[in-house]
Amino acid sequence: MTALADPLAPAPAAPAAARPVNRARRRAQILHHIVLIFGVLLMCGPMVVTFMSSTWDPVVIHSEGLQLGYGGKFLETYETVLLKGGGFTGEITGTLMLWNSVLLGLGFAIGKIVISMLAAYAIVYFRFPFASLAFWVIFATLLLPLEVRILPSYEVVQRLGMLNSWSGLILPLIASATATFFFRQFFRSIPDELLEAARIDGAGPFRFFVDILAPLSKTMMAAIFIIMFVVGWNQYLWPALMTTDESMFTIVRGIRQILQVWIGANIPDYNQALALAILAMAPPALVVLVFQRMFIKGLVETEK
Amino acid sequence: MKKVQFGPSWTPYLLLAPQLIIVALFFLWPAGEALRSSFYLEDPFFGNATFVGFDNYVDSTSAADYGRSAQFTAVFTVSICVISLGIALALAVSADAVLRGKSPYKTALMWVYAIAPPVAGLIGVMMFDQHIGPLSDFARWLGWEMQVGVSYFDTAVAMITVAAWKQIPVNFIFFLSGLQGIPNSLREAAAIDCRSPARRFWTVVFPLLAPTSFFLLVINITYAFFETFGVIDVMLKGEPGNNPVTLVYKVFLDGFRGQDLGGSSAQSVILMIAVFALTIVQFRLIERRVHYS
Repeated sequence: MTALADPLAPAPAAPAAARPVNRARRRAQILHHIVLIFGVLLMCGPMVVTFMSSTWDPVVIHSEGLQLGYGGKFLETYETVLLKGGGFTGEITGTLMLWNSVLLGLGFAIGKIVISMLAAYAIVYFRFPFASLAFWVIFATLLLPLEVRILPSYEVVQRLGMLNSWSGLILPLIASATATFFFRQFFRSIPDELLEAARIDGAGPFRFFVDILAPLSKTMMAAIFIIMFVVGWNQYLWPALMTTDESMFTIVRGIRQILQVWIGANIPDYNQALALAILAMAPPALVVLVFQRMFIKGLVETEK
Repeated sequence: MKKVQFGPSWTPYLLLAPQLIIVALFFLWPAGEALRSSFYLEDPFFGNATFVGFDNYVDSTSAADYGRSAQFTAVFTVSICVISLGIALALAVSADAVLRGKSPYKTALMWVYAIAPPVAGLIGVMMFDQHIGPLSDFARWLGWEMQVGVSYFDTAVAMITVAAWKQIPVNFIFFLSGLQGIPNSLREAAAIDCRSPARRFWTVVFPLLAPTSFFLLVINITYAFFETFGVIDVMLKGEPGNNPVTLVYKVFLDGFRGQDLGGSSAQSVILMIAVFALTIVQFRLIERRVHYS
Protein backbone atom coordinates (compact mmCIF):
# COMPACT_ATOMS: atom_id res chain seq x y z
CA MET A 1 0.00 0.00 0.00
CA THR A 2 2.86 2.36 0.74
CA ALA A 3 4.17 1.54 -2.71
CA LEU A 4 0.99 3.07 -4.03
CA ALA A 5 1.50 6.31 -2.15
CA ASP A 6 5.16 6.82 -2.95
CA PRO A 7 4.93 7.92 -6.59
CA LEU A 8 2.09 10.25 -5.64
CA ALA A 9 3.81 11.92 -2.73
CA PRO A 10 5.70 14.57 -4.72
CA ALA A 11 2.50 15.73 -6.41
CA PRO A 12 1.31 18.18 -3.71
CA ALA A 13 4.75 19.85 -3.99
CA ALA A 14 5.56 20.02 -0.32
CA PRO A 15 8.06 22.75 0.47
CA ALA A 16 11.55 21.36 0.96
CA ALA A 17 11.70 22.86 4.40
CA ALA A 18 8.55 21.06 5.62
CA ARG A 19 9.12 18.78 8.54
CA PRO A 20 9.14 15.06 7.68
CA VAL A 21 6.22 14.46 10.05
CA ASN A 22 4.01 16.78 8.05
CA ARG A 23 5.04 15.15 4.81
CA ALA A 24 4.26 11.74 6.20
CA ARG A 25 0.87 12.95 7.35
CA ARG A 26 0.15 14.41 3.97
CA ARG A 27 1.13 11.19 2.29
CA ALA A 28 -1.18 9.28 4.63
CA GLN A 29 -4.02 11.67 3.81
CA ILE A 30 -3.57 11.06 0.10
CA LEU A 31 -3.57 7.34 0.70
CA HIS A 32 -6.80 7.66 2.66
CA HIS A 33 -8.39 9.62 -0.17
CA ILE A 34 -7.34 6.95 -2.65
CA VAL A 35 -8.91 4.24 -0.49
CA LEU A 36 -12.12 6.26 -0.19
CA ILE A 37 -12.34 7.01 -3.89
CA PHE A 38 -11.87 3.33 -4.59
CA GLY A 39 -14.67 2.64 -2.09
CA VAL A 40 -17.02 5.14 -3.69
CA LEU A 41 -16.38 3.59 -7.11
CA LEU A 42 -17.03 0.16 -5.65
CA MET A 43 -20.31 1.16 -4.02
CA CYS A 44 -21.68 3.65 -6.54
CA GLY A 45 -20.18 2.35 -9.78
CA PRO A 46 -22.70 -0.46 -10.24
CA MET A 47 -25.56 2.00 -9.67
CA VAL A 48 -24.22 4.38 -12.30
CA VAL A 49 -23.88 1.53 -14.78
CA THR A 50 -27.41 0.36 -13.93
CA PHE A 51 -28.90 3.79 -14.45
CA MET A 52 -26.97 4.61 -17.60
CA SER A 53 -27.70 1.25 -19.19
CA SER A 54 -31.39 1.69 -18.50
CA THR A 55 -31.39 4.62 -20.92
CA TRP A 56 -30.14 2.54 -23.85
CA ASP A 57 -31.89 0.42 -26.41
CA PRO A 58 -31.92 -3.27 -25.36
CA VAL A 59 -30.45 -4.26 -28.73
CA VAL A 60 -27.40 -2.08 -28.09
CA ILE A 61 -27.01 -3.55 -24.61
CA HIS A 62 -27.36 -7.02 -26.02
CA SER A 63 -24.61 -6.56 -28.57
CA GLU A 64 -22.26 -4.21 -26.73
CA GLY A 65 -22.86 -4.94 -23.08
CA LEU A 66 -23.81 -2.61 -20.23
CA GLN A 67 -23.12 1.07 -20.82
CA LEU A 68 -21.41 3.82 -18.89
CA GLY A 69 -22.65 6.74 -20.99
CA TYR A 70 -26.11 8.23 -21.27
CA GLY A 71 -28.19 6.52 -23.97
CA GLY A 72 -30.88 9.14 -24.48
CA LYS A 73 -33.88 6.86 -24.03
CA PHE A 74 -34.59 7.81 -20.44
CA LEU A 75 -38.12 9.11 -20.95
CA GLU A 76 -39.32 6.31 -23.22
CA THR A 77 -38.05 3.54 -20.98
CA TYR A 78 -39.30 4.95 -17.71
CA GLU A 79 -42.62 5.89 -19.22
CA THR A 80 -43.11 2.34 -20.42
CA VAL A 81 -42.13 0.83 -17.10
CA LEU A 82 -44.20 3.26 -15.05
CA LEU A 83 -47.34 3.54 -17.12
CA LYS A 84 -47.73 0.59 -19.44
CA GLY A 85 -48.89 -2.79 -18.26
CA GLY A 86 -47.72 -5.95 -19.91
CA GLY A 87 -44.15 -6.85 -20.74
CA PHE A 88 -42.39 -8.06 -17.68
CA THR A 89 -45.16 -8.08 -15.21
CA GLY A 90 -48.35 -8.81 -17.06
CA GLU A 91 -51.05 -6.27 -16.35
CA ILE A 92 -49.62 -4.28 -13.50
CA THR A 93 -47.77 -1.00 -14.09
CA GLY A 94 -44.69 0.29 -12.33
CA THR A 95 -46.69 3.10 -10.75
CA LEU A 96 -49.05 0.67 -9.09
CA MET A 97 -46.16 -1.45 -7.86
CA LEU A 98 -44.51 1.63 -6.40
CA TRP A 99 -47.75 2.54 -4.68
CA ASN A 100 -48.04 -0.97 -3.25
CA SER A 101 -44.48 -0.70 -1.97
CA VAL A 102 -45.32 2.60 -0.28
CA LEU A 103 -48.31 0.93 1.40
CA LEU A 104 -46.21 -2.00 2.54
CA GLY A 105 -43.42 0.26 3.81
CA LEU A 106 -45.80 2.55 5.68
CA GLY A 107 -47.98 -0.25 7.02
CA PHE A 108 -44.97 -2.17 8.21
CA ALA A 109 -43.27 0.83 9.85
CA ILE A 110 -46.37 2.31 11.48
CA GLY A 111 -47.74 -1.07 12.56
CA LYS A 112 -44.48 -2.06 14.10
CA ILE A 113 -44.02 1.21 15.97
CA VAL A 114 -47.57 1.25 17.33
CA ILE A 115 -47.74 -2.31 18.62
CA SER A 116 -44.22 -2.31 19.97
CA MET A 117 -44.56 1.01 21.78
CA LEU A 118 -47.74 -0.13 23.48
CA ALA A 119 -46.22 -3.45 24.46
CA ALA A 120 -43.01 -1.87 25.73
CA TYR A 121 -45.04 0.68 27.71
CA ALA A 122 -46.95 -2.13 29.41
CA ILE A 123 -43.80 -4.10 30.20
CA VAL A 124 -41.82 -1.19 31.61
CA TYR A 125 -44.43 0.94 33.37
CA PHE A 126 -46.87 -1.54 34.86
CA ARG A 127 -46.61 -4.02 37.66
CA PHE A 128 -48.69 -7.07 36.80
CA PRO A 129 -48.43 -10.83 36.96
CA PHE A 130 -46.99 -12.47 33.83
CA ALA A 131 -45.10 -9.31 32.87
CA SER A 132 -41.84 -11.12 32.42
CA LEU A 133 -43.58 -14.04 30.73
CA ALA A 134 -45.08 -11.63 28.20
CA PHE A 135 -41.67 -10.12 27.65
CA TRP A 136 -40.04 -13.48 26.99
CA VAL A 137 -42.80 -14.60 24.63
CA ILE A 138 -42.35 -11.46 22.55
CA PHE A 139 -38.63 -11.69 22.85
CA ALA A 140 -38.61 -15.28 21.56
CA THR A 141 -39.56 -14.00 18.09
CA LEU A 142 -35.99 -12.76 17.70
CA LEU A 143 -34.89 -16.37 17.72
CA LEU A 144 -36.65 -17.47 14.60
CA PRO A 145 -36.65 -15.22 11.54
CA LEU A 146 -39.51 -15.52 9.09
CA GLU A 147 -37.23 -17.12 6.51
CA VAL A 148 -36.85 -20.19 8.68
CA ARG A 149 -40.50 -20.70 9.51
CA ILE A 150 -41.72 -19.65 6.10
CA LEU A 151 -43.68 -22.76 5.14
CA PRO A 152 -45.71 -23.13 8.36
CA SER A 153 -46.32 -19.35 8.37
CA TYR A 154 -47.66 -19.60 4.87
CA GLU A 155 -49.97 -22.43 5.90
CA VAL A 156 -51.27 -20.52 8.90
CA VAL A 157 -52.04 -17.47 6.80
CA GLN A 158 -53.67 -19.69 4.21
CA ARG A 159 -55.81 -21.37 6.85
CA LEU A 160 -56.88 -17.95 8.14
CA GLY A 161 -57.91 -17.05 4.59
CA MET A 162 -55.52 -14.10 4.51
CA LEU A 163 -53.60 -14.85 1.32
CA ASN A 164 -53.54 -11.87 -1.05
CA SER A 165 -54.63 -9.47 1.64
CA TRP A 166 -52.80 -6.53 3.18
CA SER A 167 -53.27 -7.82 6.71
CA GLY A 168 -51.90 -11.22 5.71
CA LEU A 169 -48.95 -9.49 4.10
CA ILE A 170 -48.09 -7.08 6.89
CA LEU A 171 -49.06 -8.73 10.18
CA PRO A 172 -46.72 -11.75 10.02
CA LEU A 173 -43.88 -9.41 9.13
CA ILE A 174 -44.39 -7.27 12.22
CA ALA A 175 -44.49 -10.27 14.56
CA SER A 176 -40.91 -9.65 15.58
CA ALA A 177 -39.55 -8.06 18.69
CA THR A 178 -36.80 -5.80 17.39
CA ALA A 179 -38.71 -2.56 17.90
CA THR A 180 -40.32 -3.70 21.17
CA PHE A 181 -36.94 -4.51 22.57
CA PHE A 182 -35.61 -1.15 21.52
CA PHE A 183 -38.50 0.85 23.02
CA ARG A 184 -38.16 -1.16 26.23
CA GLN A 185 -34.52 -0.09 26.50
CA PHE A 186 -35.41 3.49 25.73
CA PHE A 187 -38.27 3.68 28.25
CA ARG A 188 -36.06 2.22 30.93
CA SER A 189 -33.55 5.02 30.38
CA ILE A 190 -36.19 7.67 31.12
CA PRO A 191 -35.85 8.95 34.71
CA ASP A 192 -38.35 7.59 37.25
CA GLU A 193 -39.00 11.10 38.55
CA LEU A 194 -41.09 11.88 35.48
CA LEU A 195 -43.65 9.25 36.33
CA GLU A 196 -43.61 10.26 40.00
CA ALA A 197 -44.24 13.88 39.11
CA ALA A 198 -46.95 12.93 36.64
CA ARG A 199 -48.71 10.80 39.22
CA ILE A 200 -48.56 13.58 41.81
CA ASP A 201 -50.25 15.74 39.21
CA GLY A 202 -52.91 13.08 38.92
CA ALA A 203 -52.06 11.75 35.46
CA GLY A 204 -53.27 8.25 34.65
CA PRO A 205 -51.56 5.78 32.31
CA PHE A 206 -53.19 7.25 29.21
CA ARG A 207 -52.28 10.87 30.01
CA PHE A 208 -48.74 9.94 30.95
CA PHE A 209 -48.25 8.13 27.66
CA VAL A 210 -49.76 10.82 25.48
CA ASP A 211 -48.42 13.92 27.25
CA ILE A 212 -45.00 12.78 28.41
CA LEU A 213 -43.76 9.51 26.97
CA ALA A 214 -44.81 9.96 23.35
CA PRO A 215 -43.30 13.48 23.02
CA LEU A 216 -40.08 12.25 24.64
CA SER A 217 -39.90 9.37 22.16
CA LYS A 218 -40.34 11.53 19.06
CA THR A 219 -36.79 11.32 17.78
CA MET A 220 -36.59 7.64 18.52
CA MET A 221 -39.87 7.02 16.75
CA ALA A 222 -38.66 8.93 13.71
CA ALA A 223 -35.37 7.03 13.62
CA ILE A 224 -37.11 3.67 13.88
CA PHE A 225 -39.68 4.73 11.32
CA ILE A 226 -36.98 5.41 8.74
CA ILE A 227 -35.26 2.08 9.30
CA MET A 228 -38.53 0.17 9.29
CA PHE A 229 -39.82 1.88 6.18
CA VAL A 230 -36.73 0.78 4.29
CA VAL A 231 -36.93 -2.74 5.74
CA GLY A 232 -40.61 -2.98 4.87
CA TRP A 233 -40.10 -1.63 1.37
CA ASN A 234 -37.36 -4.17 0.76
CA GLN A 235 -39.35 -7.25 1.80
CA TYR A 236 -39.09 -9.93 -0.81
CA LEU A 237 -39.66 -13.54 0.17
CA TRP A 238 -42.88 -13.10 2.11
CA PRO A 239 -44.60 -10.90 -0.49
CA ALA A 240 -43.39 -13.27 -3.21
CA LEU A 241 -45.21 -16.16 -1.57
CA MET A 242 -48.20 -14.30 -0.19
CA THR A 243 -49.26 -12.21 -3.15
CA THR A 244 -50.13 -14.16 -6.23
CA ASP A 245 -52.58 -11.48 -7.22
CA GLU A 246 -50.70 -9.12 -9.52
CA SER A 247 -52.54 -6.03 -8.34
CA MET A 248 -50.81 -6.46 -4.97
CA PHE A 249 -47.27 -6.83 -6.30
CA THR A 250 -44.72 -4.52 -4.75
CA ILE A 251 -41.88 -3.30 -6.91
CA VAL A 252 -39.33 -5.50 -5.15
CA ARG A 253 -41.66 -8.45 -5.69
CA GLY A 254 -41.84 -7.40 -9.32
CA ILE A 255 -38.11 -8.07 -9.68
CA ARG A 256 -38.85 -11.78 -9.32
CA GLN A 257 -41.33 -11.58 -12.17
CA ILE A 258 -38.78 -9.99 -14.47
CA LEU A 259 -36.62 -13.06 -14.31
CA GLN A 260 -39.48 -15.40 -15.14
CA VAL A 261 -39.99 -13.61 -18.43
CA TRP A 262 -36.29 -13.23 -18.98
CA ILE A 263 -35.48 -16.89 -19.37
CA GLY A 264 -37.47 -17.44 -22.53
CA ALA A 265 -36.78 -14.12 -24.21
CA ASN A 266 -34.60 -13.75 -27.28
CA ILE A 267 -33.34 -10.27 -26.49
CA PRO A 268 -34.65 -9.49 -23.01
CA ASP A 269 -35.71 -5.90 -22.32
CA TYR A 270 -32.60 -5.21 -20.31
CA ASN A 271 -33.36 -1.51 -20.19
CA GLN A 272 -36.76 -2.06 -18.59
CA ALA A 273 -35.39 -4.51 -16.06
CA LEU A 274 -32.69 -2.03 -15.08
CA ALA A 275 -35.19 0.81 -14.95
CA LEU A 276 -37.31 -1.28 -12.59
CA ALA A 277 -34.25 -1.86 -10.41
CA ILE A 278 -33.62 1.90 -10.32
CA LEU A 279 -37.25 2.59 -9.42
CA ALA A 280 -37.14 -0.06 -6.70
CA MET A 281 -34.06 1.44 -5.08
CA ALA A 282 -34.72 5.15 -5.53
CA PRO A 283 -37.38 5.77 -2.84
CA PRO A 284 -35.66 3.95 0.06
CA ALA A 285 -32.33 5.44 -1.02
CA LEU A 286 -33.86 8.92 -0.99
CA VAL A 287 -35.29 8.34 2.48
CA VAL A 288 -31.89 7.24 3.74
CA LEU A 289 -30.11 10.18 2.09
CA VAL A 290 -32.55 12.85 3.22
CA PHE A 291 -32.75 11.60 6.80
CA GLN A 292 -29.16 10.44 6.93
CA ARG A 293 -28.40 11.47 10.49
CA MET A 294 -31.59 10.08 11.89
CA PHE A 295 -31.12 6.91 9.89
CA ILE A 296 -27.65 6.32 11.30
CA LYS A 297 -28.89 7.03 14.79
CA GLY A 298 -31.74 4.57 14.35
CA LEU A 299 -29.49 1.91 12.90
CA VAL A 300 -26.80 2.17 15.53
CA GLU A 301 -29.31 2.41 18.39
CA THR A 302 -31.68 -0.37 17.36
CA GLU A 303 -29.10 -2.94 16.48
CA LYS A 304 -27.00 -2.76 19.59
CA MET B 1 -37.21 -2.59 36.06
CA LYS B 2 -38.56 0.76 37.14
CA LYS B 3 -39.01 1.44 40.82
CA VAL B 4 -42.13 3.46 40.18
CA GLN B 5 -44.84 1.74 38.20
CA PHE B 6 -48.56 1.87 37.72
CA GLY B 7 -50.37 -0.57 39.97
CA PRO B 8 -52.22 -3.67 38.80
CA SER B 9 -55.14 -3.07 36.46
CA TRP B 10 -56.39 -4.38 33.14
CA THR B 11 -54.57 -1.66 31.22
CA PRO B 12 -51.26 -3.49 30.63
CA TYR B 13 -53.07 -6.50 29.19
CA LEU B 14 -54.90 -4.25 26.80
CA LEU B 15 -51.64 -2.61 25.76
CA LEU B 16 -49.93 -5.94 25.24
CA ALA B 17 -52.86 -7.53 23.42
CA PRO B 18 -52.06 -6.43 19.84
CA GLN B 19 -48.48 -7.61 19.93
CA LEU B 20 -49.24 -10.82 21.80
CA ILE B 21 -52.04 -11.75 19.43
CA ILE B 22 -49.82 -11.20 16.40
CA VAL B 23 -46.98 -13.13 18.00
CA ALA B 24 -49.26 -16.00 18.93
CA LEU B 25 -50.88 -16.23 15.50
CA PHE B 26 -47.94 -15.62 13.24
CA PHE B 27 -45.02 -16.76 15.31
CA LEU B 28 -45.89 -19.29 18.01
CA TRP B 29 -48.39 -21.20 15.91
CA PRO B 30 -46.13 -21.56 12.84
CA ALA B 31 -43.09 -22.32 15.00
CA GLY B 32 -45.08 -25.00 16.83
CA GLU B 33 -46.27 -26.37 13.48
CA ALA B 34 -42.66 -26.55 12.27
CA LEU B 35 -41.61 -28.41 15.39
CA ARG B 36 -44.55 -30.80 15.18
CA SER B 37 -44.29 -31.58 11.48
CA SER B 38 -40.57 -32.16 11.80
CA PHE B 39 -41.50 -35.40 13.57
CA TYR B 40 -44.14 -36.45 11.07
CA LEU B 41 -44.14 -37.78 7.56
CA GLU B 42 -46.88 -35.88 5.81
CA ASP B 43 -48.58 -36.63 2.58
CA PRO B 44 -48.91 -33.31 0.77
CA PHE B 45 -51.94 -34.40 -1.20
CA PHE B 46 -54.08 -36.23 1.32
CA GLY B 47 -52.89 -34.68 4.55
CA ASN B 48 -52.27 -37.97 6.34
CA ALA B 49 -49.43 -37.76 8.82
CA THR B 50 -47.51 -40.56 10.47
CA PHE B 51 -45.22 -40.08 13.41
CA VAL B 52 -41.67 -40.94 12.39
CA GLY B 53 -39.58 -39.68 15.31
CA PHE B 54 -36.25 -38.26 14.23
CA ASP B 55 -36.37 -39.82 10.77
CA ASN B 56 -36.85 -36.47 9.06
CA TYR B 57 -33.78 -35.08 10.79
CA VAL B 58 -31.68 -38.08 9.88
CA ASP B 59 -32.93 -38.27 6.31
CA SER B 60 -32.58 -34.63 5.44
CA THR B 61 -29.20 -34.09 7.08
CA SER B 62 -27.67 -37.25 5.66
CA ALA B 63 -28.70 -36.41 2.08
CA ALA B 64 -25.74 -35.54 -0.11
CA ASP B 65 -27.10 -32.16 -1.11
CA TYR B 66 -27.52 -31.18 2.54
CA GLY B 67 -23.82 -31.65 3.16
CA ARG B 68 -23.02 -29.69 0.02
CA SER B 69 -25.37 -26.93 1.05
CA ALA B 70 -23.96 -26.82 4.59
CA GLN B 71 -20.47 -26.61 3.18
CA PHE B 72 -21.45 -23.82 0.84
CA THR B 73 -23.22 -21.96 3.65
CA ALA B 74 -20.03 -22.10 5.72
CA VAL B 75 -17.86 -20.83 2.86
CA PHE B 76 -20.45 -18.23 1.94
CA THR B 77 -20.73 -16.93 5.50
CA VAL B 78 -17.00 -16.81 6.16
CA SER B 79 -16.33 -15.11 2.81
CA ILE B 80 -18.99 -12.48 3.40
CA CYS B 81 -17.64 -11.72 6.86
CA VAL B 82 -14.02 -11.50 5.73
CA ILE B 83 -14.61 -9.51 2.54
CA SER B 84 -17.31 -7.21 3.81
CA LEU B 85 -15.83 -6.50 7.23
CA GLY B 86 -12.35 -6.08 5.76
CA ILE B 87 -13.35 -3.57 3.11
CA ALA B 88 -15.68 -1.73 5.46
CA LEU B 89 -12.99 -1.41 8.12
CA ALA B 90 -10.48 -0.04 5.62
CA LEU B 91 -13.04 2.47 4.36
CA ALA B 92 -14.10 3.48 7.87
CA VAL B 93 -10.52 4.05 8.99
CA SER B 94 -9.89 6.25 5.96
CA ALA B 95 -13.15 8.15 6.32
CA ASP B 96 -12.40 8.72 9.99
CA ALA B 97 -8.88 9.96 9.22
CA VAL B 98 -9.82 12.25 6.37
CA LEU B 99 -12.51 14.48 7.78
CA ARG B 100 -13.47 12.64 10.91
CA GLY B 101 -16.33 11.16 8.91
CA LYS B 102 -18.30 14.30 8.14
CA SER B 103 -17.89 14.05 4.44
CA PRO B 104 -19.61 13.30 1.18
CA TYR B 105 -17.61 10.09 1.24
CA LYS B 106 -19.73 8.87 4.10
CA THR B 107 -22.95 9.52 2.22
CA ALA B 108 -21.67 7.89 -0.95
CA LEU B 109 -20.54 4.82 0.94
CA MET B 110 -23.62 4.23 3.08
CA TRP B 111 -26.61 4.77 0.84
CA VAL B 112 -26.35 1.33 -0.74
CA TYR B 113 -27.82 0.11 2.56
CA ALA B 114 -31.22 1.10 1.17
CA ILE B 115 -31.04 -1.31 -1.75
CA ALA B 116 -33.09 -4.48 -1.38
CA PRO B 117 -31.12 -7.75 -1.62
CA PRO B 118 -33.08 -8.94 -4.67
CA VAL B 119 -32.36 -5.64 -6.43
CA ALA B 120 -28.68 -6.11 -5.64
CA GLY B 121 -29.10 -9.63 -7.00
CA LEU B 122 -30.59 -8.32 -10.24
CA ILE B 123 -27.72 -5.88 -10.68
CA GLY B 124 -25.36 -8.75 -9.95
CA VAL B 125 -27.02 -10.91 -12.59
CA MET B 126 -26.46 -8.13 -15.13
CA MET B 127 -22.88 -7.43 -14.05
CA PHE B 128 -21.94 -11.09 -14.26
CA ASP B 129 -23.99 -11.84 -17.38
CA GLN B 130 -22.01 -13.85 -19.91
CA HIS B 131 -22.91 -11.53 -22.78
CA ILE B 132 -23.46 -8.08 -21.36
CA GLY B 133 -21.73 -8.07 -17.96
CA PRO B 134 -18.64 -5.91 -17.50
CA LEU B 135 -17.44 -8.16 -14.68
CA SER B 136 -17.47 -11.24 -16.90
CA ASP B 137 -15.66 -9.18 -19.50
CA PHE B 138 -13.06 -8.38 -16.89
CA ALA B 139 -12.79 -12.06 -15.91
CA ARG B 140 -12.43 -12.99 -19.57
CA TRP B 141 -9.64 -10.48 -19.88
CA LEU B 142 -7.93 -12.31 -17.05
CA GLY B 143 -8.47 -15.54 -18.96
CA TRP B 144 -11.40 -16.78 -16.90
CA GLU B 145 -14.55 -17.64 -18.84
CA MET B 146 -17.23 -17.06 -16.18
CA GLN B 147 -20.47 -18.98 -16.54
CA VAL B 148 -22.70 -17.76 -13.75
CA GLY B 149 -25.75 -19.98 -13.39
CA VAL B 150 -24.04 -22.88 -15.13
CA SER B 151 -20.79 -23.44 -13.30
CA TYR B 152 -21.11 -24.14 -9.57
CA PHE B 153 -17.92 -22.33 -8.70
CA ASP B 154 -18.60 -19.25 -10.84
CA THR B 155 -22.11 -18.88 -9.45
CA ALA B 156 -20.73 -19.14 -5.93
CA VAL B 157 -18.16 -16.41 -6.65
CA ALA B 158 -20.82 -14.12 -8.11
CA MET B 159 -23.20 -14.70 -5.19
CA ILE B 160 -20.52 -14.05 -2.60
CA THR B 161 -19.42 -10.89 -4.40
CA VAL B 162 -22.93 -9.44 -4.53
CA ALA B 163 -23.87 -10.49 -0.99
CA ALA B 164 -20.64 -9.14 0.52
CA TRP B 165 -20.91 -5.91 -1.45
CA LYS B 166 -24.45 -5.32 -0.21
CA GLN B 167 -23.33 -5.68 3.41
CA ILE B 168 -20.43 -3.20 3.23
CA PRO B 169 -22.51 -0.09 4.13
CA VAL B 170 -23.86 -1.52 7.41
CA ASN B 171 -20.39 -2.58 8.51
CA PHE B 172 -18.99 0.77 7.41
CA ILE B 173 -21.56 2.73 9.43
CA PHE B 174 -20.89 0.73 12.59
CA PHE B 175 -17.12 0.79 12.25
CA LEU B 176 -17.15 4.51 11.60
CA SER B 177 -19.40 5.19 14.56
CA GLY B 178 -17.15 2.95 16.66
CA LEU B 179 -14.06 4.86 15.53
CA GLN B 180 -15.66 8.19 16.22
CA GLY B 181 -16.54 7.03 19.71
CA ILE B 182 -12.86 6.76 20.59
CA PRO B 183 -11.96 9.80 22.71
CA ASN B 184 -9.49 12.26 21.26
CA SER B 185 -7.41 12.25 24.42
CA LEU B 186 -6.75 8.56 23.90
CA ARG B 187 -5.63 9.06 20.32
CA GLU B 188 -3.34 11.90 21.29
CA ALA B 189 -1.79 9.88 24.07
CA ALA B 190 -1.25 7.04 21.61
CA ALA B 191 0.29 9.43 19.09
CA ILE B 192 2.88 10.51 21.65
CA ASP B 193 3.74 6.95 22.63
CA CYS B 194 3.88 5.45 19.21
CA ARG B 195 5.05 7.08 16.01
CA SER B 196 4.03 4.46 13.49
CA PRO B 197 0.37 4.97 12.53
CA ALA B 198 0.02 1.34 11.50
CA ARG B 199 1.26 0.07 14.85
CA ARG B 200 -0.86 2.62 16.64
CA PHE B 201 -3.90 1.32 14.80
CA TRP B 202 -3.31 -2.34 15.64
CA THR B 203 -2.25 -1.83 19.24
CA VAL B 204 -4.57 0.98 20.35
CA VAL B 205 -7.46 1.62 17.97
CA PHE B 206 -8.27 -1.91 16.85
CA PRO B 207 -8.59 -3.40 20.37
CA LEU B 208 -10.98 -0.57 21.19
CA LEU B 209 -13.05 -1.59 18.16
CA ALA B 210 -13.20 -5.20 19.33
CA PRO B 211 -16.74 -5.00 20.79
CA THR B 212 -18.00 -3.42 17.55
CA SER B 213 -16.23 -6.08 15.51
CA PHE B 214 -17.66 -8.97 17.50
CA PHE B 215 -21.09 -7.47 17.31
CA LEU B 216 -20.75 -6.98 13.56
CA LEU B 217 -19.57 -10.54 13.18
CA VAL B 218 -22.86 -11.77 14.65
CA ILE B 219 -24.81 -9.35 12.46
CA ASN B 220 -22.94 -10.53 9.38
CA ILE B 221 -23.49 -14.19 10.14
CA THR B 222 -27.20 -13.54 10.59
CA TYR B 223 -27.19 -11.60 7.34
CA ALA B 224 -25.38 -14.35 5.43
CA PHE B 225 -27.84 -16.93 6.72
CA PHE B 226 -31.15 -15.18 6.32
CA GLU B 227 -31.08 -11.86 4.54
CA THR B 228 -29.24 -13.10 1.49
CA PHE B 229 -32.32 -15.02 0.42
CA GLY B 230 -33.26 -12.36 -2.13
CA VAL B 231 -29.76 -12.22 -3.59
CA ILE B 232 -29.66 -15.98 -4.03
CA ASP B 233 -33.18 -16.32 -5.37
CA VAL B 234 -32.69 -13.66 -8.03
CA MET B 235 -29.21 -14.74 -9.01
CA LEU B 236 -30.42 -18.30 -9.50
CA LYS B 237 -33.37 -16.92 -11.47
CA GLY B 238 -35.57 -19.34 -9.56
CA GLU B 239 -33.77 -22.29 -11.16
CA PRO B 240 -31.48 -23.81 -8.55
CA GLY B 241 -30.40 -26.74 -10.77
CA ASN B 242 -26.87 -27.66 -9.87
CA ASN B 243 -26.05 -24.30 -8.31
CA PRO B 244 -24.95 -23.55 -4.77
CA VAL B 245 -27.70 -22.79 -2.25
CA THR B 246 -27.53 -21.89 1.43
CA LEU B 247 -29.28 -23.91 4.12
CA VAL B 248 -32.02 -21.32 4.51
CA TYR B 249 -32.69 -21.35 0.79
CA LYS B 250 -32.83 -25.13 0.94
CA VAL B 251 -35.54 -25.01 3.61
CA PHE B 252 -37.58 -22.98 1.15
CA LEU B 253 -36.75 -25.23 -1.81
CA ASP B 254 -37.55 -28.48 -0.05
CA GLY B 255 -40.71 -27.09 1.48
CA PHE B 256 -42.24 -25.27 -1.47
CA ARG B 257 -40.74 -26.96 -4.50
CA GLY B 258 -40.05 -30.40 -3.10
CA GLN B 259 -43.24 -30.53 -1.02
CA ASP B 260 -41.20 -32.30 1.65
CA LEU B 261 -42.89 -30.81 4.67
CA GLY B 262 -41.26 -32.97 7.33
CA GLY B 263 -37.74 -32.62 5.94
CA SER B 264 -38.11 -28.88 5.46
CA SER B 265 -39.43 -28.49 9.02
CA ALA B 266 -36.60 -30.58 10.46
CA GLN B 267 -34.12 -28.29 8.69
CA SER B 268 -35.98 -25.28 10.09
CA VAL B 269 -35.64 -26.62 13.60
CA ILE B 270 -31.92 -27.21 13.13
CA LEU B 271 -31.52 -23.62 11.94
CA MET B 272 -33.66 -22.47 14.84
CA ILE B 273 -31.13 -24.00 17.22
CA ALA B 274 -28.31 -22.29 15.34
CA VAL B 275 -30.02 -18.90 15.61
CA PHE B 276 -30.67 -19.54 19.27
CA ALA B 277 -26.96 -20.09 19.86
CA LEU B 278 -26.11 -16.96 17.89
CA THR B 279 -28.59 -14.90 19.87
CA ILE B 280 -27.09 -16.03 23.14
CA VAL B 281 -23.65 -14.98 21.94
CA GLN B 282 -25.09 -11.67 20.83
CA PHE B 283 -26.66 -11.08 24.23
CA ARG B 284 -23.49 -11.85 26.07
CA LEU B 285 -21.91 -9.12 23.97
CA ILE B 286 -24.66 -6.63 24.65
CA GLU B 287 -24.28 -7.21 28.38
CA ARG B 288 -20.58 -6.50 28.03
CA ARG B 289 -21.18 -3.29 26.14
CA VAL B 290 -23.60 -2.12 28.77
CA HIS B 291 -21.21 -2.89 31.61
CA TYR B 292 -17.99 -1.51 30.28
CA SER B 293 -18.85 1.34 28.00
